[in-house]
Order: sequence, then C-alpha cells, then structure tokens
Amino acid sequence: MTSARQHPRWVPYFFLGPFLLIFAVFIAYPMILSAFMAFEQNAGPGVSEPVGIKNFTWLMRDPAFWTAVKNTTLFAAASVFIQLPASLGLALLLNNKQVRGRALWRMVFFAPVLVGLPFVAILAGLVFRTNTGLLNVTLHWLFGFDPEFAWLQEYVMLSLVIAAFWMYVGFNMIYFLAALQNVNRDLLEAAQVDGANAWHRFRNVTVPAIRPVAAFVVLLSLIGSFQLFELPYLMLNESAGPNDQGLTLVMYLYQQGFDRGDLGYASAVGWVLAIALFGFAIIQRFTSRQSEADV
Amino acid sequence: MNAMTKTSRFPLQMAAAYLALSAFAVLTLIPFVYLFFSAIKSQDAFFSFVLWPTDGAWYNVDWDGFTLDHWHTLFFEAGILRATVNSFFLSSVTAVLATLFSAMGGYALAKYRFTGRGVATWLVLGSLVIPFALLIAPGYQLLYWLGLLDTYAGLILPAVAPAFGVYLFRQAFISSLPGALIEAARIDGCSDIRIFFQIALPMVRPMVGAFLLITYLGTWNNFISPQIVIQSAEKLPLSVFVAQLRGPYETQYGLIMAGTLVAVFPVLVLFLLLQRDFIAGLTAGAVKG
Repeated sequence: MTSARQHPRWVPYFFLGPFLLIFAVFIAYPMILSAFMAFEQNAGPGVSEPVGIKNFTWLMRDPAFWTAVKNTTLFAAASVFIQLPASLGLALLLNNKQVRGRALWRMVFFAPVLVGLPFVAILAGLVFRTNTGLLNVTLHWLFGFDPEFAWLQEYVMLSLVIAAFWMYVGFNMIYFLAALQNVNRDLLEAAQVDGANAWHRFRNVTVPAIRPVAAFVVLLSLIGSFQLFELPYLMLNESAGPNDQGLTLVMYLYQQGFDRGDLGYASAVGWVLAIALFGFAIIQRFTSRQSEADV
Repeated sequence: MNAMTKTSRFPLQMAAAYLALSAFAVLTLIPFVYLFFSAIKSQDAFFSFVLWPTDGAWYNVDWDGFTLDHWHTLFFEAGILRATVNSFFLSSVTAVLATLFSAMGGYALAKYRFTGRGVATWLVLGSLVIPFALLIAPGYQLLYWLGLLDTYAGLILPAVAPAFGVYLFRQAFISSLPGALIEAARIDGCSDIRIFFQIALPMVRPMVGAFLLITYLGTWNNFISPQIVIQSAEKLPLSVFVAQLRGPYETQYGLIMAGTLVAVFPVLVLFLLLQRDFIAGLTAGAVKG
C-alpha cells in the first residue's frame, strides 16, 4: 500500500472521528458510569449514595427478579427451540426452486417484522382479548374453542411466544434462506445418487453448510429475547401483567430505574443481563470455531 | 423407473408444500386484515364482527358498520399528524447521519493504515456485543447531565454512530472497493474527501441503501428510547403516541387500531417495495461475518 503515504495524516482520523466521538460519549462513558452506578443507590439523577454490593444481594433475594429471569429464559427457549426450527422449515420450503412465486411468499412472511415491535404489541393486545379478540373468535369458529380463554390474564407467556412467533418467524427465515444458498447442490445430488435419504442429505450436507449462519441467528435470537421489553409491556397495557406473569429482565430494570427511580439498582440489573449476554456471545464464538474445525 | 417414481411422487409433494405455505400465509395475513377492518369499523361493529360487518344487503356486507370517525378523531383531536411528522423527522435524520458516520468509519478502517487502527477495529467488534439494556440507566443519567432530556438531540446523537454499521461498511469496502481505484484517483489529484464521496460511496451503494432502511425502520419502531427521553406530548413519535392513545381513548379499540394503521402503513408499503435491498443488508453481516 504505497498510497498510504500520499494522504495527509489526519485523513483517517477525520473519517473515524464522528464514530469515535459518539462512541466515547454515548457508549463507552455510560458503560463505565454504569459500572460505578451499580454500587450506588440513586434517588433521581445525580443524587446517589454508595451501597457496596447491596444492589446485587437485594437482587438475588428479590422474588420478582427471579420471576423475570424465569420468564425471560422461557421466552428465549421458545424462540430458539420453536420459532427458529419453524423459520428453517419455511426456508427449506421456499428454497425449492420448483415452488412458484417465491418472491411473493417471502414478502408475505417477511411483512410482520416491518410492523415493528410496539405496534405488533398494541395489535396483539386486542387480538388476544377474551370473547371479542381475533384469536378466540377464530378458534371458537373453527374448533369450538372456549371464547372466554383468558390469554392475557392467565396464559401471558404463551401469548407472548405466539405473538413473537408471528412477528419473527419470517424474519429469521430470511437468514436461513440466505444460508441455504451456500449448500452445495452437486453434493446433494451426489448423495441422492448414492442412495442417501432426505433426512440424511439434510443432516450431512445441508446442516454443516448452514451451521455458521444458524449459530449467528441463535445468538441474535438470544440477544433479542433477553432484551424483551416492548412486547409484554405494551401487550399488557404498560404493566407486567397479573402476578408479574409477563415480567422480563428489561421490564424489571425499567420498573426499578424509572418507576421506583433507582438508576443505581437498574444499572446492577443491566450488568447481570450484560454478563449473561457476553456469556452467550463467548459460547457462540467457541462453538462456531469448533464447527469450523469439524468441517 | 426412476423417472416414473419421480413424476408420480412429485405432485403430491408439491401439493403438500403449497398447502403448508398457504396455511402459513393465511396465519400471517389475517392480523393485517383484522387491523385494517378494525380501523374503519364502528364501536358496535368492533364487538359484533371480528373482520368486516356482515348481515347487510350488499353481498352480506353491512355498510352501516363502517365509519371514519376514528380517523377524524385521530387527525383533528388527538393530533396524530404531529406525531407522524416527528417520526419522519427523527427517523430520517437518524438514518442519514448513522449511515454517513458508519460509512466514514468503515472506510477508514478498511482502506487506511494508521496508528490506532487495530484498537479502533477491536473497539468496533467489541461493542457489537454491548447490550442496549446496559446503557439505559447510565444513558438517562448522562442525558440529564448534558441537558438533553426531552430533546431530539438526546434521541438522535446516541444513535448516529452504531458499531454495527461501521462493521458492515468495513466489510463492504474491503470486499467491493479495489485499492487501485483509490490510488488512480489520487494520482489524478483527487482529494481524499472527494474520493470518499464520489468514488468509494457509489461502489457500496447497495449497503448504503440497506443501512438507511435498517436504521430508518429501527428508529421508527423504537419505543423505549423516546418513552424514557421525551416528556412533552408534542414531541412524541408515533410509537409512544399510539401506545398513549390507550389512556384517553381507553376502550375505543377502533381508534387505537386506526392509530396503529397510520403508524404502520406508510412504512410497510415503502419497505415492501424496497425489500430486496433491505434483505441484502440484513443478511450481509450474517453470511459473510
């Protein structure tokens, strides 16, 4: 790169400057700040008192925190084990070159994610209503399902999982569709000629080819699931629902930081969440490296 | 023999595929139909009919069940036009600045050798894993200190240099901008700034389009940031505005659905038209990274 010497020294710094400045002020600094705030008790911005590790010990003893952990984990598990396989299934269906109108199908399945989380949540709040909600009316009409079934009063997590499924299944399908382009068609055909059945072809040719993208989608799903907030908050009319059934970790953080007004405690919750997510990212890196070594 | 089994088994398999796809499409589309009809139905019709009002004279449709009252209330009483303009403004400014700064940052990391490049690249990759939730509490404190609470600057500034964008553009410049092109331009006496805008950016135009769309949609559908930062009613974007309609118009479900439709429809149409670019950008990070 001889050209590197021909530009004035300041040029790369000029290009990188806006990012570095914004990053330093609005990402790096708050991150460092929150490491200190996690050991304080706040009564409004700037009014604080050091409390040592008490925020964390309170956290561990608060049953609401554990409810939030349980709900969030349940939601994440449903995303990974129910929603993602369905996304892969849709992608496999649409990857078949003989299916007509594939662009149109893809557009239909992709549409819900464009509605956006807050608006999906507001819409879902009405869809899941007892008696007059779209879901109960339709299920009653089709199967004689109990129209009084109280989704948002007694089956909050199930409702959240269904609403998220509707919104994201086509979105994640897009990633799998892109990944399926990496599958070697000659290898698939060779396997077929050698007598491998559909399952074996899927398991031994398709899966290894889409594994890196699948790992990425799982990580993306986990990160999104663990930061779930708008969907329950707006579906349940700006609350955690009856008996905190829809309480998630970020909602707990929000309640502690803004309803109760303790930004220090909220920072402690933030760190617990962040450390869990860092853990997932490290595990993902580790496992995707291993799978590369396998291939 | 082989050809025979193929042709005889083939239609059944395809029929199953189309059946599965159609079932899924119906499940996907019904809530849209519900949203649309709820927004133009009277309160009575909302409770009596799940989609369109029936039992009327014309093809069994009851025209009296439809109304535009919700729209009148939304635009002339609730002030949804203001919130729509706010959302357009916030999303456009954020998208343009975030795309510009991300492209500039990615360009520097991809095409220059300079002191600190290694550290900067590491910072970008490292901050991809910082969860937004960690920044909520300290971010609020910081905006308070900076006097940026209840301002658009407080919403826009933190969002205009996403590490994710810098990373995407770095990849795009590495893969689709030959260094020889930059060199040739320099020899012709072109300044570095002009090279960036007139040669480099056009080479990654698909990524520019995709990233504009991603940040635009992300800002339009962001709820938690404006919910925390904005206090004045007249500054609210649609996400918070529509959610707050449920206060004063608590049981007027048709009105809430009409508000949701106003918020969703323009963006939905725009993005469905541009979905090819949008999807290309979404998957670029996954498939190459």
